[in-house]
Amino acid sequence: MDELIEKLKKEVITQLNLEDISVDDINPDAPLFGEGLGLDSIDALELIVLLEKNYGIKIEDPKDGKKIFYSIRTMAEFITEHQKKA
Amino acid sequence: MDKLITAYTYFGEGKVVVNKRLIFYQEKISTFADFIRSLYKQEQVAYPKFYKMDSLSKLGFISAELLLKNENIGRFKPGSLAIVLANSSSSLDTDLVHQESIRNRSAYFPSPSVFVYTLANIVIGEICIKHGIKGENAFLISEKFNPGQLHEYVSDLLDNNQAEACICGWVELLGNTFKAVMVMVEKDNSGSPSKPEFTPLPFTETAFNYLIKEN
Amino acid sequence: MKAVYAISENIISSLGFTVQENTDGLLKGSTGIRIYPDTTLFPNAVALSLVDTMSMEQRFKAILEKYKNKKNAGSYTRLEKMLTLSIADALQGLPLKADDDKLILIISTTKGNIDLLEDRFRAKFDHKRVYLWALASEIRDFFGFANTPMIISNACISGVMALIKASRLLRSGKYNYAVVAGGDIATEFVVSGFQSFQALSPGPCKPFDINRTGLSLGEGCGTIVLAVTPPGLNSHNILLAGGSVSNDANHISGPSRTGEELSMAMNKALEESGVEPPEVDYISAHGTATLFNDEMEARAISLCKLNEVPVNSFKGYWGHTLGASGIMESAALLSSMKLNRLFRSAGFDIPGVPEKINVLKEELDKPVNTCLKTASGFGGCNAALVFQKT
Repeated sequence: MDELIEKLKKEVITQLNLEDISVDDINPDAPLFGEGLGLDSIDALELIVLLEKNYGIKIEDPKDGKKIFYSIRTMAEFITEHQKKA
Repeated sequence: MDKLITAYTYFGEGKVVVNKRLIFYQEKISTFADFIRSLYKQEQVAYPKFYKMDSLSKLGFISAELLLKNENIGRFKPGSLAIVLANSSSSLDTDLVHQESIRNRSAYFPSPSVFVYTLANIVIGEICIKHGIKGENAFLISEKFNPGQLHEYVSDLLDNNQAEACICGWVELLGNTFKAVMVMVEKDNSGSPSKPEFTPLPFTETAFNYLIKEN
Repeated sequence: MKAVYAISENIISSLGFTVQENTDGLLKGSTGIRIYPDTTLFPNAVALSLVDTMSMEQRFKAILEKYKNKKNAGSYTRLEKMLTLSIADALQGLPLKADDDKLILIISTTKGNIDLLEDRFRAKFDHKRVYLWALASEIRDFFGFANTPMIISNACISGVMALIKASRLLRSGKYNYAVVAGGDIATEFVVSGFQSFQALSPGPCKPFDINRTGLSLGEGCGTIVLAVTPPGLNSHNILLAGGSVSNDANHISGPSRTGEELSMAMNKALEESGVEPPEVDYISAHGTATLFNDEMEARAISLCKLNEVPVNSFKGYWGHTLGASGIMESAALLSSMKLNRLFRSAGFDIPGVPEKINVLKEELDKPVNTCLKTASGFGGCNAALVFQKT
């Protein structure tokens, strides 16, 4: 899980063009939206693209995104769970 | 009566000039991305959204940032500062990126953060958001820099009180080739902070041409 | 300051190639939006409003002959053909010469010939044709217009903006005629982009409706000819009386949550036209059927105290035609003014916006003398203009 979390941090930084943020700056349990990294609606859609592109997971309903993308850890847990089912 | 150019920025040939002062210079530009990032850092712009912008928006955004730095635009009534920009290639630079992302059905990943920049006027949006500009705004396309067209557009806005002042410019970029000139046009010099090296120019086609060619 | 008259119009859409064909379709109340399951065009089935290609090609060949144009149809792109047909139809019977040096062509488009970026077109057309000025040049050469066309590319407000700018150019005496033509085509480029935004409705869109789930894309063209001299005695004299553009300064893809900036543009347009809110008979709204746009527009209408004014969106019929929308929808608005008949807002059943506004569920016959057209677009831009009978 820790490995996946570190990998995800790097991928999120790349996908969302967070150039001035390093992996150390991201707390895996901190909310990504709202205060956290100050992500917006386009970033939320980009995370959906990230899941599909890098993990082959398609999110049908963007409303599910709120739970899945709450934090890096919830993303990692979702990916792990989904990959078990596959 | 001629309106006045009370401030300007110029980007070209590796130079960045603001109100006659050369503030940045790269003799050999490796990539636009490196060029603009260096400038962003030197000027301590501190605006994380910058990194999400496409190249055209970065160019226009930084140009406006430098133009407006000491202009105190709070002196204009809300909604009375206009912005009119133009270029030749529209958003082609980013269009090509988006097209590439959908070229192969086997690797089909269109990105919303790329797609949103496939409209040239988004650069105006970014500038408006940063500076709270809510007035008239327009993006025009012409094959070459057309100072007459911009002069007419801006003069008409100011003459008919659709705006008190106007940011006007040519912001052109494709790949690593880019050129931008941006001016602040006002009816007179009464409110504009004085700049030691730059005396306001009359807002004419000649002055516009001069700024884009002679710097 | 001269008065500016709308003297001729054309609409090209899924419903037809003339204003008449389109208003017949609007009166029938049927949508031109269909679900296209052909995945060679687009990877997923998508609801679109498309212009009939075969019919368009036939008509274009006829126009080539009529204008004695020696080039063959294949040397024009899809959008160029559609724009040419639209302009040709609008110019029919008008007492003006194309090469009049007091005539300006203004083109409104978001993506122009963007289909030329696809592999299948790379060999067919010079790469520079993808530039909007090259497209404009083809149109200019076809008709022999004297002046270099002006090109406005400002997201979805381009059409309304082009009309506003045209009226300003005529009002100041710089030109006597403006041919304002807008167009955009449906392409994988645009469809894929909106899909990445999760912004598309699975079926025909439902502007202002509680069950709206996004927009439907459409392609089309619209042309409106403006002049400083009124049309013949038998026609209605309709003025383009004022217009204004603003920016939300909020977000590059999401609209303002308050609608304040759109209402500012609407109020300025009304003020310039000398119109008080109670005098407005009808609003042709932008109404894209996304959750946030329709909400924002409703707030703007309410801020302007225009809650009682009948309003509709044409996007339930034609989809969102991007750079063409402002002109096509204004042309339909002009029809409503001539017929004194308002079209129902297709796709609307149950009110679904936070402010109480008067969205048309049925056609309405009433005097239509003073109207507002509004538009909003990516980049936070808004535009509003006023048409008024003299």
